[in-house]
Amino acid sequence: MSSAATQKRGFGAMLWDYLTTVDHKKIGILYLIGGGFFFLLGGLEAMIIRIQLLVPENDFISAGLYNEMITMHGTTMIFLAAMPLLLGLMNVIMPLQIGARDVAFPFLNSLGFWLFFLGGILLNCSWFLGGAPDAGWTSYAPLSVQSPGHGVDFYVMGLQLSGAGTLIGGINFLVTIVTMRAPGMTYMRMPLFTWTTFITSILILFAFPALTVGLFLLMFDRMMGAAFFDVALGGNAIIWQHLFWIFGHPEVYILILPAFGVFSEILPTFSKKRLFGYTAMVFATILIAFLGFMVWAHHMFTVGLGPVANAIFAIATMAIAIPTGIKIFNWLATMWGGSIRINSAMLWALAFVPTFTIGGMTGVMLASTVADYQYHDTYFVVAHFHYVIVGGVVFGILAALHYWWPKIFGRILNEAMGKIAFWLFFIGFHLTFFVQHFLGLMGMPRRYWVFLEGQGLDTGNLVSSIGAFLMGIGGLIFLINIIYSSVKGEKASADPWDGRTLEWATASPPVHYNFKQLPLVRGLDPLWIEKMEGKGKITPAEPLDEIHMPNGSILPLIMTIGFFIASFGFIYQTDHKAWLIAIYVGMAIALGAMLTRSLKDDHGYHISKEELEREAE
Amino acid sequence: MKAWLGKFKSLLMLSGIALLLAGCGKENLSAFIPKGPNAETSLNLIILSLAIMIFVFIVVMLVYVIVLVRFRQKKGQEDYIPKQVEGNKTLETIWTVIPIILVLILAVPTVTATFELADNSGAEEGLNVEVTGNQYWWHFNYQGQEIQTSQDMYIPVGEPVYLNMASTDVIHSFWVPSISGKMDVNPENTNTMYIEAEEEGVYWGKCAELCGPSHSLMDFKVIAVSQEEFDQWVSDMQNVDPEAQPEGAVAQEGQSLFQENSCVACHAIGSSPVATGPNLTSFGDRTTLAGVEEPTKENIVDWLLNPEAMKPGNKMTGNYPELTEEEASSIAEYLMQLQPSEITPEDAGN
Repeated sequence: MSSAATQKRGFGAMLWDYLTTVDHKKIGILYLIGGGFFFLLGGLEAMIIRIQLLVPENDFISAGLYNEMITMHGTTMIFLAAMPLLLGLMNVIMPLQIGARDVAFPFLNSLGFWLFFLGGILLNCSWFLGGAPDAGWTSYAPLSVQSPGHGVDFYVMGLQLSGAGTLIGGINFLVTIVTMRAPGMTYMRMPLFTWTTFITSILILFAFPALTVGLFLLMFDRMMGAAFFDVALGGNAIIWQHLFWIFGHPEVYILILPAFGVFSEILPTFSKKRLFGYTAMVFATILIAFLGFMVWAHHMFTVGLGPVANAIFAIATMAIAIPTGIKIFNWLATMWGGSIRINSAMLWALAFVPTFTIGGMTGVMLASTVADYQYHDTYFVVAHFHYVIVGGVVFGILAALHYWWPKIFGRILNEAMGKIAFWLFFIGFHLTFFVQHFLGLMGMPRRYWVFLEGQGLDTGNLVSSIGAFLMGIGGLIFLINIIYSSVKGEKASADPWDGRTLEWATASPPVHYNFKQLPLVRGLDPLWIEKMEGKGKITPAEPLDEIHMPNGSILPLIMTIGFFIASFGFIYQTDHKAWLIAIYVGMAIALGAMLTRSLKDDHGYHISKEELEREAE
Repeated sequence: MKAWLGKFKSLLMLSGIALLLAGCGKENLSAFIPKGPNAETSLNLIILSLAIMIFVFIVVMLVYVIVLVRFRQKKGQEDYIPKQVEGNKTLETIWTVIPIILVLILAVPTVTATFELADNSGAEEGLNVEVTGNQYWWHFNYQGQEIQTSQDMYIPVGEPVYLNMASTDVIHSFWVPSISGKMDVNPENTNTMYIEAEEEGVYWGKCAELCGPSHSLMDFKVIAVSQEEFDQWVSDMQNVDPEAQPEGAVAQEGQSLFQENSCVACHAIGSSPVATGPNLTSFGDRTTLAGVEEPTKENIVDWLLNPEAMKPGNKMTGNYPELTEEEASSIAEYLMQLQPSEITPEDAGN
């Protein structure tokens, strides 16, 4: 009924609905759209990089533009594509999985999204305003401090904005999972995707402040004449690397843990078996997250920290292989003895196992310090982290999209196109990145604008570029699939995959209040339990009563626009003091919106019992 | 679909064979062909860790393939519900303990090697070279020897050379893959490492830390020669006369242009400690121009007329008076005659 009502309203009304929404499902969709858009941008940048490296000493793009391209490719993919896509999935799915009606702070949820999105737009504005940042996604000082133009300024302000959005999102998920689980949903009955969302949120809470501090110091250095990273004035440049990687290494787990969660949902569902070693999986996740904070200096083995620090961080890093190994074997054991159905979602999950095993193994190889003196900053590292981030995170996102698409949008993605896209992308991926392990050790450092002729690097780079084009075509077919399926796709039932968890117990797409009556959870895989006991339906935990829902609000968007304007002021006030006005105006808008939010009472609205009863028919 | 798969197979075969042909990379560049003890230690660890990992991978893939072959849903089994297994203590213990053992097997030699490579105890008696990274060139100051060179570093074969490294601008990273792993060159501290070549040769060195637009053009060479040849080189270099007149009128004209046009303000010839720009003492012997180009006269003239085109972002562009083609040609003629030592890269065997 609600979807029919949406269709009757005009485009303007729908746009307004999305601009003001605080519904976790709509915000999730916004995250998916935003993340998807930036994923396309990042992919385009990757194609340009691979065209430049197609042949030796190519001059397809200039050296300066190349550095902008690699910087923006990395920054975009990590901060603006992978993370938002995952946050989008968490947003839609996690509240459904714990049987909640929304997240704890719907208003903040919206604010988090708009901060991410406008932060990303701000960063990309640099392309049109004198050049993008060019100091690499890691933005090492002093190169980042000395980088001319405003590129790195856009990096600082863009990431600061979107980082604040992510932090808000993380806190929101934490509170949601702690306080809003349905009756009977104890911690040890939570689905693994919810568990990984929970742990990821903790990682966000502790890791992002390190980035925030680093970005502030860089901002002060670049825009206000401070000298935190200026060695000549008594600063310290290496401290940036510490701050960045204290954030940056947990960030890797912020990305991969939710993907682990996705596979821990898909593999049991399509094997018709419960997750093998559930408790071990939960503790392995916690252990990985904990160790994730202890290993940042393995990105800095060649900085010159000395043998003691290097040895300690090497061993801590190797230790992560143990909980990760536990996970891989538990996934295999989940499938063992099962009844495996293979569709597009499962294909991505199955492809993940060997691919991520390779990525994890090269991770252990990299942990071996003295070997790392050779690997470090070469294409070996590029290959490693693409095996982990594409083979783990992107495969995970694509698996999740195929798996939850029916739940989110009410239609099933086309299987044939899904499989073609999978094979192209999967084969293209291995062609692109496997050979890069060798390129690195054959003497090709990363971030090289050109490689020279006659150094034995031609063939490998050619293969790599061909693979990248295949990945690109695969990605485009997936995009076509989305468009095709949203028009002509098969309508999905509430439970199209014979699911096990609570999200499959409500309609596809779910009504805006998710559950008419909060569900009663009687164990792990609550829906499966009810199916096995012949009921097939979740027992409600409460009588039918009116539901309290939050009102939509345009304030988060206005607040963010204020910060967006102020960011331009900060960036350009170094050129002319008149830009200070932009800071004042922007901050006035943002603070005004905050004040409005604080002073204006908004008690939300209630859906009456009668209305709920009417909707039952 | 089938035809497409067939095409893919042939593509795979083709790329596989091509890879084999490319081999393990170029000698004196590739880390797969070590020519020094450090690179050997690294390669041994790489091989050890790779062996462990291949073992793990085979185990994982074996289980994986069995799972996919045996446990696919068969026709008519759509309603079959497999046994719901919670876990298995024994199995889970096994796949926790075995990885711990594997990690220990790798950890012990890793730690040993880490301390071994950091051992700089021989530095006091040994040959010490101060390495300075600059955007986008390398400077080498042979400490206590009054020798300054840029871009080409001569070392005696079979002897550890101790490097004390710092940067004048951003972070660089000193990497000669076939001799040793890399070490960052920081602006704020002096990093130390040692390198040793076991064979004579001209080894490719590369900058491995993003340092600006010309990061990929910051190559250098380590030239390992025999001890006698090295001693000869040292004495030749110590006795360079920076004012020596080149042969021929054109080159002499070039020399005076070099001095009048304030080239000397940045580029030292001889053992002067000026290192604003690369030291040009043995410019004529260098195997490359600006790190990566052929050192032909034509290229040198091109460089002098427009360095930006060869090395974007370099510090020379715009910092010297404009030259005519003729002037550039005279200077090139002069520079190419800067060959103070009998010992050249050719003595290193390739």
